[in-house]
Amino acid sequence: MKILVTAKRVEDPESKIKVKPDGSGIVQEGLKYKVNPFDAIAVEEGLRLVSKHQGEVVVVSIGGKEVQEQLRHALAMGAHRAIWVNHAAPLDQMGVAGLLQKIAEKEKPDLIIVGKQSIDDDQNQVGQYLAEWLGWAQATFASKVESFESEQEKNKVPALVVSPDGKRVRVVREVDGGLSVLDCQLPAVITTDLRLNDPRYATLPGIMKAKSKPLEEVTPASLGVDVTPRLQILKMSAPPARKAGIIVPDVATLVDKLKNEAKVL
Amino acid sequence: MAVVLIVAEQQPDGNLRRATLHALSAGKQLADKSGAELHAVVLAKETSKLAEELKSSGPKVIHAASSGAFEHYLAEVFAPVIADLARSLGAEYVGAASTAMGKDLMPRVAARLKAAMASDVMSFQGSGSEIHFVRPMWAGNVIAEVKLTTPVKVFTARPTEFARSTGGGSAEVKAFEPKLTTSTPTQFIEFKEVKSARPQLTEAKVVVSGGRGTKGDFKEIEALADELGGAVGASRAVCDAGWVPNDLQVGQTGKVVAPQLYIAVGISGAIQHIAGMKGSKTIVAINNNPEAPIFQVADYGLVGDLFKVLPELRTAIHAAKR
Repeated sequence: MKILVTAKRVEDPESKIKVKPDGSGIVQEGLKYKVNPFDAIAVEEGLRLVSKHQGEVVVVSIGGKEVQEQLRHALAMGAHRAIWVNHAAPLDQMGVAGLLQKIAEKEKPDLIIVGKQSIDDDQNQVGQYLAEWLGWAQATFASKVESFESEQEKNKVPALVVSPDGKRVRVVREVDGGLSVLDCQLPAVITTDLRLNDPRYATLPGIMKAKSKPLEEVTPASLGVDVTPRLQILKMSAPPARKAGIIVPDVATLVDKLKNEAKVL
Repeated sequence: MAVVLIVAEQQPDGNLRRATLHALSAGKQLADKSGAELHAVVLAKETSKLAEELKSSGPKVIHAASSGAFEHYLAEVFAPVIADLARSLGAEYVGAASTAMGKDLMPRVAARLKAAMASDVMSFQGSGSEIHFVRPMWAGNVIAEVKLTTPVKVFTARPTEFARSTGGGSAEVKAFEPKLTTSTPTQFIEFKEVKSARPQLTEAKVVVSGGRGTKGDFKEIEALADELGGAVGASRAVCDAGWVPNDLQVGQTGKVVAPQLYIAVGISGAIQHIAGMKGSKTIVAINNNPEAPIFQVADYGLVGDLFKVLPELRTAIHAAKR
């Protein structure tokens, strides 16, 4: 199987995000960057599928040259080769999906696995745009029934189940009120939810090997995609702060406050 | 007249999903600001009951298509029908609630319409043809005002940010015959419902959530939720550990809730958890660590051992309600 995955460069989810005073963006100083956590899950699932069914995992990232760090991380996890779309300017979800569409048309993967959303934009759109434009099956929010403590997870069994003839994939999706199970014809686009798997760390030998793995550079122009943003961010601001609360000494005081002050009982 | 088209959602049990009424209220605000007319579309195996329920919820026209093809929701079946309808109406805005279905469906609709999209919209700014969308980024740590420059604009609305539409009025119901996709690459296999006697997390007036501090023992959390007629939630850590089902997770990456009363028990208060509950009216935190970040967003904090505090609290609440 050939599996295309993404590794977007995002701020470390544990870092404190502050808005610049003029509202033009966020304060970059002191931030650390990582592979978008949902994309790391996509890379992991790709690796598990390929270890079961053979094939290769191709990882894509879009951005300035700094995104090569994220590509190398995915290669160190075990991905086979990388495609770097060199584009440092702002990009919207239509731009990203357009670039991935062209890459998919050239690479012809059996499966594209992307994070359901990136933790910076939180848009949750790219996989769905991409599936529509390619005319492929779509299964978003892929999850699994087993917990992270299960034998399956410990043995790195892929949660996505490919049929014996290699033509379809069974996906368990996390939706409101339960789980929805879909059977998609390949090629398909799948977006990952948090509990699809627990991604592996990059090992030292993996990091060493990653340095010699192929990394191809392309650009929006070489792919023939107009990436002019059709979503413009005009202004950013901090959310309204909640007013500071109080620490109550005991249960009796708490119940009294809830009943007589907050009036929620 | 320009049209704002809101996509209604049917639950697997056949009922209208309440979040639709919140999306209609968002649609009404947008229609008023942009000088457009509010329409709704409902696709189901049998739409009459749903259309009846939507009639008095604000839209001017309800477009209803009944077909066996809509029995189980699939993006590949729904998206072309909604995009075709939006085109035939000349709709400028197409929206839905940001539920699992809305999030799955609307980008695919947008892709068909070559439209840009804003997800999880919290409010609308501006008027006439200059409408901006206000939406969260970085797990709600940043609020952004964005502009979509495509002729058609697609959005999902965060249900907790818009009051439920009481609407009034009586919509005209127009049945339409959609052009159906004959074969889709995806087949629906089954829906595994997670059954609960408690109210749905996103719709409950009270939510009691447990974190790592519970060590996986949710008995007292559940008992307190039941005493208050509320729902049970959880932090990501306890869902990941497999202590409670995944769909109980409150947070940016789980469910976003905004009840009247949110009680966080044994939850330290990671940024992503707080993003999912900080819209709650009153927040109570119970934690044995006085330094836990959850106390910074709580209206009332109680430092103590949750296994001692919860039974006491339940008894006291029971007494106070009399």
